[in-house]
Amino acid sequence: MESPELPPVLRGGQPQGPRGQRSLDPHLDRYAERTAGMTASEIRALFSVASRPEVVSLAGGMPNLAALPLESLAAEVARLVATEGQTALQYGSAHGVPELREQIVEVMALEGISAHPDDVVVTVGSQMALDTVARIFCDPGDVIIAEAPSYVGALGSFAAYQAEVVHVSMDDEGLVPDDLRQALEAAERAGKRVKFLYTIPNFHNPAGVTLAVRRRAEVLEICARHGVLVIEDNPYGLLGFDNQIYPALRADDPDNVIYLGSFSKIFASGLRVGWALAPHAVREKLVLASESATLCPPTFNQLLVSRYLSTHDWKGQIKSYREVYRERRDAMLGALEQHMPAGCQWTRPDGGFYVWLTAPEGVDTKAMLPRAITKRVAYVSGTAFHANGFGSRQMRLSFCYPTPDRIREGVRRLGGVLQDELELLNTFGTVRPPALGGPQAPSPDTA
Amino acid sequence: MSDRWVAVLSGGLSHERDVSLRSGRRLSAALRTVGLTVEEWDADGELLGRLRRHRPDAVVLALHGGEGENGAFQSVLELAGVPFVGTDSRWCRRAWDKPTAKTEMLRAGHSTPDWVSLPHSTFRTLGARAVLDAVVTRFGLPLVLKPDQGGSALGARLVTEAEELPAAMVGVLSYSDSVLIERYVEGVEVAVSVIEGPEGPTALPAVEIEPASGFYDYASRYTAGLTEFHTPARLEPGQARKVADLAVAAHQLLGLRDVSRTDAVVTADGDVHFLEVNVSPGLTETSLLPMSADAAGRSLGEVFAGLVERAVARGGRVL
Repeated sequence: MESPELPPVLRGGQPQGPRGQRSLDPHLDRYAERTAGMTASEIRALFSVASRPEVVSLAGGMPNLAALPLESLAAEVARLVATEGQTALQYGSAHGVPELREQIVEVMALEGISAHPDDVVVTVGSQMALDTVARIFCDPGDVIIAEAPSYVGALGSFAAYQAEVVHVSMDDEGLVPDDLRQALEAAERAGKRVKFLYTIPNFHNPAGVTLAVRRRAEVLEICARHGVLVIEDNPYGLLGFDNQIYPALRADDPDNVIYLGSFSKIFASGLRVGWALAPHAVREKLVLASESATLCPPTFNQLLVSRYLSTHDWKGQIKSYREVYRERRDAMLGALEQHMPAGCQWTRPDGGFYVWLTAPEGVDTKAMLPRAITKRVAYVSGTAFHANGFGSRQMRLSFCYPTPDRIREGVRRLGGVLQDELELLNTFGTVRPPALGGPQAPSPDTA
Repeated sequence: MSDRWVAVLSGGLSHERDVSLRSGRRLSAALRTVGLTVEEWDADGELLGRLRRHRPDAVVLALHGGEGENGAFQSVLELAGVPFVGTDSRWCRRAWDKPTAKTEMLRAGHSTPDWVSLPHSTFRTLGARAVLDAVVTRFGLPLVLKPDQGGSALGARLVTEAEELPAAMVGVLSYSDSVLIERYVEGVEVAVSVIEGPEGPTALPAVEIEPASGFYDYASRYTAGLTEFHTPARLEPGQARKVADLAVAAHQLLGLRDVSRTDAVVTADGDVHFLEVNVSPGLTETSLLPMSADAAGRSLGEVFAGLVERAVARGGRVL
């Protein structure tokens, strides 16, 4: 065969070393150590497919906004621009709009919190509050105690500050106090500095369980005794399906608890309005740190939330959200009973967005995801919710966004995927027979 | 400059949707810079309706994986009578299926690493341990495991210890019902893109791939900086000619049209081994074809504008 003429030269463009050596990232040696894990991942690529309507996504935690009164909100936006446009479109205070902070105090009062508006710092979603808390408290190597599993966004933030996350187990009553005590004592023995306990006490993301009321004082007492702050992340607290509202940890220990709240789940996630309630001295630092990060949270969005709270039946809206989510939870639990293979276990949340499913031993839910995508269903693997690689047998299933029929169809598909996976594992001898009985609640995966 | 208007098809529902969308965006921008009017379409249920309503001069496929490369979407475009850039539907499948492409190349006298292709059912019927033992006895370690079909190294594993094999098999079989198990051949990994022009298929300069991890997996492919590229590859002139010849041979032998990319490995003693061929090479910021084109002094837009003209001249084939 005739050899083609080999083109001789290279052209410029990207930075190149000798003879066209190219790394595609000339800044590679300049990145901070904390970026080490920021690489392309197969799993993230697969989620691109999950966004297609053909796929039933039980993965994302998007709130259902279908019930929002969009027409009256549109009118509210128009009024806001017409009457307060000069203020709404201008920079604001890093602390947050005063009238909204007053209203936030009223929202928190539903959970038994008594607070002063000055101690509230409005943030760009509670994610920013969380990030800012980690920023002002954590040096590299500091220890943060978190439930196993824990919120993936929190783990990402903690990793960015190079904190070490130590997980403590949960059972069907939430965080296990004895495990918390042991983790703190072990850290002290190892000479490590524990900065805070990060906990999601109500309708946990991703575990779907709630910290029993009778455990709450004990958790606070353990943390206080060990000189450890408590970060109480409570975005789902008002979404109890039986209208139950659990007392906030902050209500019982104002000096040692930083409370994080959000309008994402009770109003509109796209507005990115959340808050932190912190003791006075901490609040000062939060405001300064927040100012250096964003100057101020969006004034327009804060004023819109404020108007919504003052002109709309927001409590009635939350009630309708609860009903929607309860119906979807029921659809998911019913479908799981019907379609899951033997050996699967799952939690039964009484609020929030998520069910936490534990597959039979040997299943690696992360490795199984391509099969699920092929069958047009998506979930989040349990490893995403652990800082230590555990959680491979678990997955988070969200019931917040898909309709009940879609949830049933998605769970049906998932059941088939798990069945196929078990058959594959059986072929390759990497599965053991399902254990009989056992806990129905999440716990660290030590497999 | 051209007054053509084309639809760039990307996305779809394969595992490589994300890569495809990135290829599509980059290709569309490149075509616009050389004057073409471009619309970016997802490969979804609206496709046939859009084709009927808008009748682009040609469709350019930036689809990767699944129906975008196995001939399915190409068949649909042929049914619709729309000219498109890329390989004819009937030939796509032979290149898309890695064991088939390797067989064809071997039969034509080209070297390719020893392999077996086995479906899950074979392991189930004969016993996984016995089959895997036979594989290790025959090929030794390390082994490269890949889904029989698919790209972007999704699911690909380098297995160095026998005890890693069962879990690796489970991982690969999550992507595909059948797995290609290949003897690992150590050497310089190269990719050679082939573009057709008036004088037939021409190889662009080979890109030498040097992943920091030692294995060119998904993260190494799509994280800028995790892999060093050398264009042209640091090969002796004779070796460079051999890899170029191999890529052109694969293009012709497998019936590929317009564009392809052949991946190969060059051993220390200068032997060239065919690994696989891609009917729809990646066009992302970290992909290999754009680097080759750049090294040849050609822009991505110019290369694909030329291919659009070829597709228009061919017209929409009616089956």
